[in-house]
Amino acid sequence: MTFFFFIFAALTLMGGIGVVVNRNPVSSAFSMIISFLGLAALFIQLDAYLVGILQILVYAGAIMVLFLFIIMLLDIPKAEKKRFPVFTLGASIVVVVSFATLMITVITRSDIGSAKLPPIEPVKGTGSSDVHQIGELLFSTYWFPIQVVAVLLLVSTVGVVVLSKRELK
Amino acid sequence: MESALTLDHFLILSGLLFAIGLAGVLVRRNLIVIFMCLELMLSAANLTLVAFSRFNVQDGQPNYDGHVLLFFIITVAAAEVAVGLAIIVALFRSRETTDVGKLNTMRN
Repeated sequence: MTFFFFIFAALTLMGGIGVVVNRNPVSSAFSMIISFLGLAALFIQLDAYLVGILQILVYAGAIMVLFLFIIMLLDIPKAEKKRFPVFTLGASIVVVVSFATLMITVITRSDIGSAKLPPIEPVKGTGSSDVHQIGELLFSTYWFPIQVVAVLLLVSTVGVVVLSKRELK
Repeated sequence: MESALTLDHFLILSGLLFAIGLAGVLVRRNLIVIFMCLELMLSAANLTLVAFSRFNVQDGQPNYDGHVLLFFIITVAAAEVAVGLAIIVALFRSRETTDVGKLNTMRN
């Protein structure tokens, strides 16, 4: 179990690094898909099956296809030819390294972090899957947020159509 | 099932992923790659949510509220990507570039 965690954690981090260091945006997008696949595997390892599948379907599927479509549509030049300003690069590295150090320090010093993975017991009978549990929550406790999200999706669809028109009036 | 995995493992991984995304946003000059790095940071936050949900077991079941929140986050992220990419396309039409170094004025 720990072995698989480290495999998929390495996959996720490698994909993330690939997004940042690749000069070609298409390679960045493909690295990102790898990163999302690793993340989905980690979700499934955490017994979040529905969310893991959603991560693959929505993120690695739909969202990354959208990104690739736009990258190829806009025909962006492959490399950023101009070299990075040294000051910007140095400042970014300092910010990121200090941020990561701070986060790891805070996490390792807190008590909650040392909790072992608690076992979960499958519920007998129907309704034991997490799909059932989440669906029941979505349509009982969270009935209002899901309506709001539905409206948000409609608004974003209309907004995308309006934004994509030739001239904005 | 005995396992040596702790919450720390997932939180540190999530923090590192977030830091990588942050590095990308700060270092890269291409607007689309910056947008992808933002998505990476969002996914890092998702991993934290799922990890906390899994480690907060009540009556032998993980806390499904976290999963529901994640469901909403994924939906909103999809809408956000659609609108963001439409804005980038509109920007590219008027400026012919996606380099943030050249996009330093609101009007031409």
